[in-house]
Amino acid sequence: MSKMNKTFKLVTAAFAAMVVSTSAAFAAGDLVKAPKQDWSFNGPFGVFDRASQQRGFQIFQEVCASCHSLEYIAFRNLTDIGFSADEAKAVAAEYQVPSEPNDEGEIVDRAAKPSDFWPSPYANAKEAAATNNGKAPPDLSLMAKARVGGADYIYGLLTGYEDHEGTPENLHYNKYFPGYYIAMAAPLSDGAVDYVDGTPNTVEQMAKDVSHFLMWAAEPKLEDRKSLGVRVMLFLLVLTFITFLAYRRVSKKVKGH
Amino acid sequence: MSSKQFKNPVANWVEKRLPVISPIHHTLFEHPFPRNLNFMWNFGSLAGLCLVIMIVTGIVLAMQYTPNTADAFGSVERIMRDVNSGWLLRYLHMNVASFFFIVVYIHMFRGLYYGSYKAPRELLWIIGVVILLLMMATGFLGYTLPWGQMSFWGATVITNLFSAIPGVGDAIVTWLWGGFSVDNPTLNRFFVLHFLLPFVILGVVILHILALHTSVSNNPLGIEIKGPQDTISFHPYFTIKDMLGVCVFLLLLCAFVFFMPNDMGHPDNYIPADPLVTPAHIVPEWYFLPFYAVLRSIPDKLMGVIAMFAAIGVLFILPWLDRSPVRSARFRPMFRVMFWAFLVICYILGTVGAQAPDNVYVFVVPYLFSFEVSSWMTVLTVGQITTALYFLFFLSLPILPLFEKTKPLPASISEAVLSKSEK
Repeated sequence: MSKMNKTFKLVTAAFAAMVVSTSAAFAAGDLVKAPKQDWSFNGPFGVFDRASQQRGFQIFQEVCASCHSLEYIAFRNLTDIGFSADEAKAVAAEYQVPSEPNDEGEIVDRAAKPSDFWPSPYANAKEAAATNNGKAPPDLSLMAKARVGGADYIYGLLTGYEDHEGTPENLHYNKYFPGYYIAMAAPLSDGAVDYVDGTPNTVEQMAKDVSHFLMWAAEPKLEDRKSLGVRVMLFLLVLTFITFLAYRRVSKKVKGH
Repeated sequence: MSSKQFKNPVANWVEKRLPVISPIHHTLFEHPFPRNLNFMWNFGSLAGLCLVIMIVTGIVLAMQYTPNTADAFGSVERIMRDVNSGWLLRYLHMNVASFFFIVVYIHMFRGLYYGSYKAPRELLWIIGVVILLLMMATGFLGYTLPWGQMSFWGATVITNLFSAIPGVGDAIVTWLWGGFSVDNPTLNRFFVLHFLLPFVILGVVILHILALHTSVSNNPLGIEIKGPQDTISFHPYFTIKDMLGVCVFLLLLCAFVFFMPNDMGHPDNYIPADPLVTPAHIVPEWYFLPFYAVLRSIPDKLMGVIAMFAAIGVLFILPWLDRSPVRSARFRPMFRVMFWAFLVICYILGTVGAQAPDNVYVFVVPYLFSFEVSSWMTVLTVGQITTALYFLFFLSLPILPLFEKTKPLPASISEAVLSKSEK
């Protein structure tokens, strides 16, 4: 029995070492962690909430998109969040993108197609910085994976603006932003957009919806991943159980094995 | 030529023309395996499984990846979003990389505990350390490829270590980069080397297995096999035991791949590399953290680099540092305590490597708890103490037998096993 015990101790100790990387989150000790939210995509059975995603898309279009790009999302991807192919096509047509060179070699603007990626509001990073007090607004496609806390952080940031004495000019105090002073002014205010489905348009609700949308933008395969994962785990549990029975049967034949 | 006869006529036909059946047959049915191997002996085959998964997923990913600074990050996102099951391939590759190190670290700690590096297995151990070094190089090169912020800055920090070499350091760094900063030529060669090294590892693994079959597996008692009563065949006993290990391994792996695929990575690597913006806190992958902690504990850059390489290099001379004739820690009361202390030291070094040197040290067990040990203990202090203890462990091994009274060894494996099961 003590042999088993020892084996177990060794395995757990060494296994603990592997997850040490998450301590990077703890390492940034001076940062206030954004509180965890109850997202529908949390947990092994998590799925996106289509209505929330679509409201979040509306926030992105009407608020965020005036300064932020969404480089890795194409208009066709909107069918993922419950829009029909025609609706995605209609959304695309609202945008102008540079065309392919015509027979005279000229590039003119044309209406976007579903296969086009989201156009950036600025011609280049220099222009983005110049029109935003020297700091280019970051691309939002991967924001929900590129920050400690993910969607919780985005929600915290959007609701974490406070008045604070001594805030430098052109900066804004935000309790969840590393270093506290952020170049972006509070982007949301109550009633900033009108939801078609009648959901109350409070800052909290809008922050929640747009965080939900951005989680999808960062991890569009989340639902596929989790549903496949549940099936794989069930299969492996059965396989492990059968293998354990076979192992016990074989090991009974020889003492000390 | 071969006189071996098999029941299967196809096997006989092949064997007569190409003698590949008999070595497999020999390994499965004739080669002596100690009957008392416990589950700690599962990690060798698991490491082999990891290598196979890495090579297979890696080759498929390489078909979609673009090793160019302008496109690398985007090509990885294309794999994640548009390539069929690309997200699964990449998350497997990312997480098996981490699990490969977990498995190999456990495999090595097992070797340390049971004295598997002692005569006649010195070369077996040394080849293993060579595999570890090749894995570290491969892991570092691979982490550069997505061309995120940590990729770029990690590559910058690590390659810059060579500038500590007096005289030729800067020239070496320029040569490694293929230019005057980490840039496109660096990414190109890192991709080529990242593709090449796994096959070098495969070759060295074959040597590792060859050495293992020559000297025969060590066992938890650390005594030699005395006769056939001490051994069993690989099949069915260890095929089924390894299968069970594989199942448990896959359960843990899949929990990460499907439900927390980015937990062992760093969020900053989802920000495209920007040579003009340095991350607040550059950290390497978790499996380098103990060595990174050793590096940072020494104020002098050159001495720090030497200490870091010495922390791995000392493993090469371990078979000669440990003078005790007894292998297994079961019969070495003092070594046994030191082993567990050493394991804790390595863990603490890992947590030190993850934290900023000037901060107050926080002891962390991820997902479970974290606490400040004392407000005056900075990360640097804890790192320096544990670095000293790390080397002290190895330095005390030669003199340990002078003080240690080892317990009597059993006469044979079968005797120990049978007397135990009668109780």
